[in-house]
Amino acid sequence: MSPSIRPEFALIADRIKSSSRVLDLGCGDGALLNHLQQHRQIRGYGVEISDDSVLACVQNGVNVIQTDLEAGLSAFESGSFDYVILSHTLQTMRNVDSIMAEMLRVGREGIVTFPNFGYWRHRMQVIAGRMPVSRSLPYQWFDTPNVHLCTLNDFEEFCSSRGIRIIERVVMTGRQTIGFAPNLLGSLAVYRFEKLG
Amino acid sequence: MLDAASVGIVAPQTAHFDTPLTLKSGTVMPAHDLVYETYGKLNADRSNAILICHALSGNHHIAGRYSENDKRAGWWDNMVGPGKPIDTNRFFVIGLNNLGGCHGSTGPSSIDPASGKPYGARFPLVTVEDWVTSQARLADTLGIRQFAAVVGGSLGGMQALQWTIQYPERVRHALVIAAAPKLTAQNIAFNDVARQAILTDPDFYGGDYYAHDTTPKRGLRLARMLGHITYLSDDVMGSKFGRILRHGAFNYGYDVEFEIESYLRYQGDKFAESFDANTYLLMTKALDYFDPTHHHEHGDLSLALKPARAEFLVVSFTTDWRFSPERSKEIVKALLDNQRPVSYAEVTSSHGHDAFLMVEPYYHGLVRAYMDKVTV
Repeated sequence: MSPSIRPEFALIADRIKSSSRVLDLGCGDGALLNHLQQHRQIRGYGVEISDDSVLACVQNGVNVIQTDLEAGLSAFESGSFDYVILSHTLQTMRNVDSIMAEMLRVGREGIVTFPNFGYWRHRMQVIAGRMPVSRSLPYQWFDTPNVHLCTLNDFEEFCSSRGIRIIERVVMTGRQTIGFAPNLLGSLAVYRFEKLG
Repeated sequence: MLDAASVGIVAPQTAHFDTPLTLKSGTVMPAHDLVYETYGKLNADRSNAILICHALSGNHHIAGRYSENDKRAGWWDNMVGPGKPIDTNRFFVIGLNNLGGCHGSTGPSSIDPASGKPYGARFPLVTVEDWVTSQARLADTLGIRQFAAVVGGSLGGMQALQWTIQYPERVRHALVIAAAPKLTAQNIAFNDVARQAILTDPDFYGGDYYAHDTTPKRGLRLARMLGHITYLSDDVMGSKFGRILRHGAFNYGYDVEFEIESYLRYQGDKFAESFDANTYLLMTKALDYFDPTHHHEHGDLSLALKPARAEFLVVSFTTDWRFSPERSKEIVKALLDNQRPVSYAEVTSSHGHDAFLMVEPYYHGLVRAYMDKVTV
């Protein structure tokens, strides 16, 4: 495993079967897909909206489609991927319901990662009367792209009310996996999920 | 002036083909010439060849100049050259003038050996498939079994796409830029108005104007003026010309008053002086006919692209309304349906369809990055 990739990327990579088909939504510079191509021999595409990211993906040898996720995934056929990943992007989506539904339309399994708003450092800052700013929420209230922040509990309730079954949850703080009181002690959530039934 | 990133002084070559070529229309061309230029060096295992296909009014002169004093470089000199996005230090680049052209390849203005006179109206209509067939024959004569990439913008992009369907094993990468899988009714309509301008010019003489020592300049000029409007965006026309008057005030007449009129007339005149009207007619028909889904049920593009084995870069430009991003997305969707490796970029540009010929850092960066990954 290459040491340079983000800890949750390594965690995701461990859960991706080799030679599978992967769609990475909001794929950034394509680092995860590039890693999966080299270590899991996956076939995949990234989706990005920013010019810089699309260019970086092409430079990294990753297939990338430049489009706005908010407009849906109509370019992709139903059931055409084994995994659809949405990493550090859910909280920026205007329409969370529709992207979650689209992920499970085009893929068998969805994987999301998002910053846990319930992390104790965030709670402390709110109690102190300020919007939280942290390593996982590095923005000020006025320049944040995050419009739909949530806690682990919020996300799990959302899934159960939408007929989405959570396959696995891993909660992290830095490189550390958090087992005890994750909604309080974890700064980053990784969920694998699928459609019920 | 020659710069370090130029391929320098170049010269065209001519390939003669004696093997009869049966066209889509059924007509057989007993023999024909193709004029072409090459830049860079073909490597020992002949794996670094790039074919660049031209658009409606393009030709084989892609890069470099014909002499030290040549004022105009080839039409894609900003893209092709040593250290440029399509780097001639790595790649052997071929540009050709398509069959039916008017820059040296056999076309309507060439002498028909059967009659000793220009073909004129007797020159057959050719299709994108015919061009690709003839390009493959040119590749054969140059000893190129497989192209590292076939590249084209607009009508050239259609040829690149057709290559991947017609000769899947002979193209590793296709760069399909500012293209469409087939023309819309609106596009065909624009082409037909352009054709009508030429066909109804009294100097057209049914296509045999060469014998009358004239050319249908008025028609060709109008056709080009119309075409030119559709290649630009409303934005760029507005910012470049707006409502600026040549002489500051209305003259209450039909002479040039607005700058845009002056510009369009100049473009039309220049083009009508240098381009053959029959070739223009034929090229617009090739555009209209192109439809890889023609033989497939329900016009299914995914089915049509099934044979493709290439990897793709598809690029569109936001203000291109002649070949809009939506049309490129149709190509991308069909490639995704076939699980082809494809990257798609939508480049923000104010230049309309013509943007594919301009230097735009993001666009050129993409082509450079993509080409860097093409192994030879």
